[in-house]
Amino acid sequence: MSESFTPLWEVFIRSRNGLDHKHVGSLHAADATLAMQAARDVYTRREEGNSIWIVQSKDIVASDPDKEAENFDPAVDKVYRHPSFYEIPDEIGHM
Amino acid sequence: MYSQGLIGSHFEIEETEEFLSAFQARIDREEKIEPNDPMPAAYRKTLIRQIGQHAHSEIVGMLPEGNWNTRAPTLRRKTALLAKIQDEGGHGLYLYAAAETLGVSREDMTAELLSGKAKYSSIFNYPTLSWADMGIIGWLVDGAAIMNQVPLCRCSFGPYSRAMIRVCKEESFHQRQGYELTRTLTQGSKEQKAMAQDSINRWWWPALMMFGPHDSDSAHGEQSMKWKIKRYSNDALRQKFIDATVPQAEFIGLTIPDPDLKWNPEKNNGEGGYDVGPIDWDEFWRVVKGGGPMNVDRIAMRTKAWNEGKWVRDAALAFAEKQRARADAAREAAE
Repeated sequence: MSESFTPLWEVFIRSRNGLDHKHVGSLHAADATLAMQAARDVYTRREEGNSIWIVQSKDIVASDPDKEAENFDPAVDKVYRHPSFYEIPDEIGHM
Repeated sequence: MYSQGLIGSHFEIEETEEFLSAFQARIDREEKIEPNDPMPAAYRKTLIRQIGQHAHSEIVGMLPEGNWNTRAPTLRRKTALLAKIQDEGGHGLYLYAAAETLGVSREDMTAELLSGKAKYSSIFNYPTLSWADMGIIGWLVDGAAIMNQVPLCRCSFGPYSRAMIRVCKEESFHQRQGYELTRTLTQGSKEQKAMAQDSINRWWWPALMMFGPHDSDSAHGEQSMKWKIKRYSNDALRQKFIDATVPQAEFIGLTIPDPDLKWNPEKNNGEGGYDVGPIDWDEFWRVVKGGGPMNVDRIAMRTKAWNEGKWVRDAALAFAEKQRARADAAREAAE
């Protein structure tokens, strides 16, 4: 086919003020204006949000799944970074 | 849903015993598989085929209902029908995007649909002859689809599972509006009631066929269950659908067109269920292989839409290219 490829975009939606934009899916569009219109039509038909971010998929830098252990395992044995690691007497109550 | 640049980084994997059993162990631990994770080629291939077929079904599924847009009897029914059709387009899009994370392009999937290489649900190769079909399709066809789709929300492949969660959330209205529409007809004139009965007579058996061949004849069933792409077998889901639907039909005074339909208290491990007559699998295969009443029409319509949309796609890309060139030139001039 002599079809040219239409770029892929990732869509992020904030469901209401005060919350984060969250990834909801992707779509194809020739440019940002069309991507924004398509995102509105496809991902907000039922009041899913009040703000949309779009970004071209090729501009996302993702961590390498092969380096999952290298990247994330060092946090596994560091329980002392969590509040529950430290003992507080019951008499003190909530801290 | 993932950076296209990374897709394909794991295409060449030596599928040793060790690799395959480690993969199966991940599945057994209910870990989701994400697009850039190593996976057996057959797992990738099965998903591309299944998600692609599913996406095509959503897109082709817009056509039988589109047939009645201009003749909806009230504004209430027309807005519901339009909203439902728009949803199906969205569902196709979520699913295409999920398939694309496996390294297949939208353009290639479209080409496979139009060439007849890729299949879609055989139900959409039947014609929508009366307004009652809009009700029966929502109630039975979307109902059967929901039965299939709810377990897919727990599919082992992350993007498919996420797409299905979104689809299921939206699909429930489709079935409810269909049942409401059908019920309204059954409460109407003698002619309206007859129209509803005629419609269920035509759609009942094709709806049962939507669950696919019997487990004993299902080509991909066992491996898909093992990989947790599927959670229930075709026959198990079909039975669930029958047991849920028969009482709904009785409630609105419609007769299921099956003389062998009978309550069997022994079924489903003593919980009871319905026995049904034999399904005409010759018809099923005839329709799957292109011999249904509407196969040619549906693909002709999709081909027409694709071809007539080409200038729009080309113009949008050309415009984007022009804007980019202008921005580049302006930046260079400023530097």
